[in-house]
Amino acid sequence: MKALEIDGVTKYFGDFPALRDIQLSIEPGSALALLGRNGAGKTTLLRILAGLSRPSKGSVRILGKNVREEETRRRIGVLGHSIGIYDEFSAEENLMLFARMYGLANPRMKADEWLDRTGLAHVRDGLVREFSRGMRQRLAVARAFIHDPEVLLFDEPFTSLDDRAIAVLQDLLRGAREQGRTVIMSTHQLREALELSTHVALLKRGAIAYSGERLQEMLDDTGWLYRNYGDA
Amino acid sequence: MRFFRDVATIAHKDLRAELRTKEALNASIAFALVILVLFSFAFDPDPDEVHQFSGGFLWIVFSFAGALTLNRSLARELVNDCLDTLLASPVPAAAIFLGKVVANFALLAAVEIVALPVFGILYSVDLRAHLVELPLVLALGTWALSVIGTMFSALTVNLRLREVMLPTLVYPLLIPALIASMILTTDLIGGEPLGAGNSLWLKVLGLYDLVFTSLAMFFIDTVLVG
Repeated sequence: MKALEIDGVTKYFGDFPALRDIQLSIEPGSALALLGRNGAGKTTLLRILAGLSRPSKGSVRILGKNVREEETRRRIGVLGHSIGIYDEFSAEENLMLFARMYGLANPRMKADEWLDRTGLAHVRDGLVREFSRGMRQRLAVARAFIHDPEVLLFDEPFTSLDDRAIAVLQDLLRGAREQGRTVIMSTHQLREALELSTHVALLKRGAIAYSGERLQEMLDDTGWLYRNYGDA
Repeated sequence: MRFFRDVATIAHKDLRAELRTKEALNASIAFALVILVLFSFAFDPDPDEVHQFSGGFLWIVFSFAGALTLNRSLARELVNDCLDTLLASPVPAAAIFLGKVVANFALLAAVEIVALPVFGILYSVDLRAHLVELPLVLALGTWALSVIGTMFSALTVNLRLREVMLPTLVYPLLIPALIASMILTTDLIGGEPLGAGNSLWLKVLGLYDLVFTSLAMFFIDTVLVG
């Protein structure tokens, strides 16, 4: 069973094709870096993978199932551009809410565990609206990981994170990789993404320009991929 | 069972958020009270006139005040893209919808609980005589308001003019439920109990709630995910 199977996905916004006939599949335990210029279609594709948008044509299966099935969504962790947590609740209340939504057995224990892991235990009762940007980002990371998802979908996960949040996220992503979880992330931070990934897909104007294993050339020269397959 | 636990989780979340900020509740209650006070001074109606217009007047107040609450229902999820987080979770869209309907119902009921005694005092109506039947009519009418309001709050959530669009779309669709609620409330305040004379309107209201709740729960996933 593939971790991800994208079969002929096309997405139109009006007459504009944001994605064109995307074909892609990856095995469980892989880490896919989804690369491309602004407007290439990375976020649109990730929203379809997360079940937040439907493709105009084609289909997506995650762990062999339709992504809008509840059982599939229980196995996916999503971190989008925004933090996806409630400003009027405390850090602990937010994590307990999401733990309940994912049907976890002991929401308070899980929330406290992840507050510890992301260095937010000392502000567990503080309202999120009073948090610094870095603290909010770390809480969002905790929210995405709290239910131990098998597949992680991250859209620009390193953008606008502070150093501590980047370190926390990198540790968690490495841990997830070691545990055999599948990671799919779009990013502009080529160095961080390529170091963490086993596979790379480059999107160019809504179509796949390159997909395959991450090559040593990509690590040695982060411009290599764009020079050979993108608009250098 | 899991479905109803999800409904309770969403309803609890929305009520807790609203009670913490009181953004919509304060505005709705203030609006309802201002209208009740202004009309009592502007028209100073006698008891017969009050009995004739009470149902219509009350439901106009409730539905207009309710729009302020309903507008916030889905819009509050836009902050930090929380709507995406909800939709990416395993909670079914129907449970998210129903949880929000329950929360909106509780908030609108709170507005009515504050507004009704004020109406009774200002317009000299003894509401104690209707403590059994009036809550039933209020509950059915308020449920209709909550279901339609929440559904169209979801439909208009991404529109810039949603505050204008929501009432424009909601009130025409609510006409059957509002007419039934107005007639039944007027009858009760006028001393005519629920029964043979107005049972048709009670059935219309009950059927309206049933049909639109079912339809909304069926289509909400398509509305929210597209």
